[in-house]
Amino acid sequence: MGRVSTAVRALGAGARVAVDRRRTLGIFFLLVAGAIAAFFGYNVPGQSQAHFVLNLASSHAIPIPDLVVPVRATAFGLAAACAFLGTIQVVRGFGRWAYAVLALVIGLFVFAFLAWAARNSSVSLVGMLQGTLVRAAPLTLGAFSGLLCERAGVINVAIEGQMLIGAFSAALVGSATGNALLGILAGMLCGGLIAVILAVFAIRYLVDQVIVGIVLDLFCLGLTGFLYDRLMVPFQATLNSAAVVPPVTIPGLSRIPVLGPILFDQNVYVYLMFVLMGLIYVALFHTRWGLRVRAVGEHPRAADTAGIDVARTRYINVILGGLVAGLAGSYFTLGAVGQFTKNMTSGRGFISLAAMISGGWTPVGGFGASLVFGFADALQNFLSVLNVPISSYFLLMAPYLATILVVAGVVGRARPPAADGKPYVKQ
Amino acid sequence: MLRQPVKLELRGITKSFPGVLANDHIDLVVEPGEVHVLLGENGAGKTTLMNILYGLYHPDEGEILVNGAPVKFQSPSDAIRMGIGMVHQHFMLIPVFTVAENVMLGSELTRPFGLLDRGRARREVQRLGQEFGLPVDPDALVSSLSVGAQQRVEIVKALYRQAGVLILDEPTAVLTPQETEELLRVMESLKHAGRSLVFITHKLKEAMRVADRITVLRGGRVVGSTVPAKSTEAQLAAMMVGRAIRLGVERPPAKPGAVVLEVEGLTVRDARGQVAVDDVSFQVRAGEIVTVAGVQGNGQTELIRAIMGLDPVAAGHITAAGRDVTTSSPRETLASGVGHVPEDRVRDGLVSDLSVAENLVLDTYYLPPFARGLVLEPDEIRRNADERIREFDIRTPSASVQAGTLSGGNQQRVVVAREFSRPISLLIASQPTRGLDVGSIEYIHERIVKLRDQGDAVLIVSSDLDEVLALGDRISVMYRGRMEGPFDSGSATREEIGLMMAGTGSEAASAPPDAGRP
Repeated sequence: MGRVSTAVRALGAGARVAVDRRRTLGIFFLLVAGAIAAFFGYNVPGQSQAHFVLNLASSHAIPIPDLVVPVRATAFGLAAACAFLGTIQVVRGFGRWAYAVLALVIGLFVFAFLAWAARNSSVSLVGMLQGTLVRAAPLTLGAFSGLLCERAGVINVAIEGQMLIGAFSAALVGSATGNALLGILAGMLCGGLIAVILAVFAIRYLVDQVIVGIVLDLFCLGLTGFLYDRLMVPFQATLNSAAVVPPVTIPGLSRIPVLGPILFDQNVYVYLMFVLMGLIYVALFHTRWGLRVRAVGEHPRAADTAGIDVARTRYINVILGGLVAGLAGSYFTLGAVGQFTKNMTSGRGFISLAAMISGGWTPVGGFGASLVFGFADALQNFLSVLNVPISSYFLLMAPYLATILVVAGVVGRARPPAADGKPYVKQ
Repeated sequence: MLRQPVKLELRGITKSFPGVLANDHIDLVVEPGEVHVLLGENGAGKTTLMNILYGLYHPDEGEILVNGAPVKFQSPSDAIRMGIGMVHQHFMLIPVFTVAENVMLGSELTRPFGLLDRGRARREVQRLGQEFGLPVDPDALVSSLSVGAQQRVEIVKALYRQAGVLILDEPTAVLTPQETEELLRVMESLKHAGRSLVFITHKLKEAMRVADRITVLRGGRVVGSTVPAKSTEAQLAAMMVGRAIRLGVERPPAKPGAVVLEVEGLTVRDARGQVAVDDVSFQVRAGEIVTVAGVQGNGQTELIRAIMGLDPVAAGHITAAGRDVTTSSPRETLASGVGHVPEDRVRDGLVSDLSVAENLVLDTYYLPPFARGLVLEPDEIRRNADERIREFDIRTPSASVQAGTLSGGNQQRVVVAREFSRPISLLIASQPTRGLDVGSIEYIHERIVKLRDQGDAVLIVSSDLDEVLALGDRISVMYRGRMEGPFDSGSATREEIGLMMAGTGSEAASAPPDAGRP
């Protein structure tokens, strides 16, 4: 066994793995191309057209004409593009751009699907994208809640419960006082209170954080259900009919076609999400506070020896996380429908957690992942309107399905804070 | 930058943990600008004392005085404020942070709104590095640094906090000889800059080399205080252990016999597919000890795991005790007459939650007399345990206590007792004495030499160069998966081996023997 030949074989083995991965991805692209051509092009009559509406009835933007595309030609064109990318991937590979190309191919598939679904009819593209952003807002806020906790080393599985109780108390206080701001504050406060319970059990009594989190989720589910039956059902008019926070139009910017209605004529929660995203990003990565929080989440003993109070940092962050989750919860009532129904968050808190993980425990990443889930949600909503021959039960699964796919693709690569979920015991 | 020289006094410090009196009325004075060596075995109370001094523990009794004034430390930040810095045995660094971030953590340089001033932190790290000869790249991630460089970061961290007294807890345990040399030089330069240093170690040579004063701890008490000029290594060792002790290993010359272990062209990949052991070939003969030196992480772990059948072999052959064990399972390898002392006794050597008696039959429990068919024979297991405990002097309340509750030295004795008591013809031991006290080291070395003299072949992997030199009849060095040697123990000097450990050994020795092959 020669040294040289061993080295050559070692190189060979490494290269083989890379080649396999490259080919698999390329073949996947080719399959997508085939699927686009077969399902969205082949059996569509040549004259079918799809209207993509680029204006929104309620918006202030300067109107522009709709985008009209021939369905069959579009599908074949997109299939050809995917096949081209797939061929390059099989032959040469895109190297480190491979995953960007994968995202592009999936995007092309979704567009071909939309064109097919909207054949001989129209779909409001702007409405869908606006809906995507609105639906992503509570998920993103939930992801922020999760990362505030986990960056300090405490796993917050109670986001779902904090959201639910936030939604409930926001509706209750918002209805009773007629003041949406008070409602939002009440929602945050209740989310924060649940966080205090989580913090005390996790930090002080070192109870398994995931178990406490799940118990708190169930507690919130039961409590809000009970109070809903006792308070809101009999006094629907006074205690469960809050005014929805009106959308805010930003003068000037909202007149830009397409972007205006999507970004600048939006739900208040979307603006809040962007503000918090910037704030948390800067705070976490560029301030003394953030450096200490991350130190506590990575290596609490090192932080302790550097004179940082680990428990105090964790308490503060868990409670901050609870406040943000409560804010996210208040969206479901005050930001959307104005009233509470049982279990109305229906697992969005867990999707937030998935978004946080997929986003690599960063605010921008969490937002990006939430957009994917928000889009799946918005898509599902539009498809049910369009009478697509897919069972509505399957359509309702879309956001959860997207969650599983994204998390399965990302999770192995993302690295959590090293001390995530591990209680710290001072010597 | 130093605010003032610090004189540190400890008076009557006492600290007890449940069942143990860790510090018993300890008095200690560290003068400004002196290197004060704290010498003692594991469990002598050195680390407890230093943790009290750093505010991590609170003493039950006694007081700490800084420049004559009594102080109370509630937490490390109090100690830091009084000018006390500590370089922990296990580095307190955050791997995903840069050097500059680690250095400033807890005493950050900021601009308005708490924004970090990374530029100033970077310059500060560079300035301190230049002033004291501690070169570190402020923008490097700590996870990308070598152990020696991480230690420099720890020292810079203490200096950044304007430490007047620097406590170094077993700093040389993880270093190569060259890095140790470098550290001792840095200590000198710190001393000349007016800093006091408390240097905790159990290595006598280093103590004699840099100390201005040596205080010896044993069983939680100060048993003596001296200066290097007035003492010898043997005296210090006797003070540490409480009885006269033989330094080094006494052994007659080896009488090598037939080849027992033959490794040929062995290549092993780690979990990520990287080549960890690169075409290694060597033999170990009956009646000789071959030692493998090297800084941790150069393929020694993978080499041993491959020989034992714990990791798959990518290429090459292994023959042990006359059988091809290249693809054997660990049980088959053990059963063919190989004893194995793994490098991490807590993780791989013992099952901490099982009793001492059960741990003593971990690799033979399924064989008679310990098992009959599917049923264990508790009486036999118990009898075996009592015998081993007596023979290997394992200090345990009884054979039925959990192995994890024993001290490190006694845990290692359990592993050694188990592996040495089976009929074996080959012993493979990784880091056999890591973290053990002088008494246990002496004992385990004696047993290894005895095994050799009985005609067994022995392969020892150790990152402790003293151990490699003391035990090896032939010595080899591993660096980045390649092996140099083995050489006869007389033919390479300590310095040459140190250089090979750092990868700067003679190039001639590593020329590919078969470069012409297709």
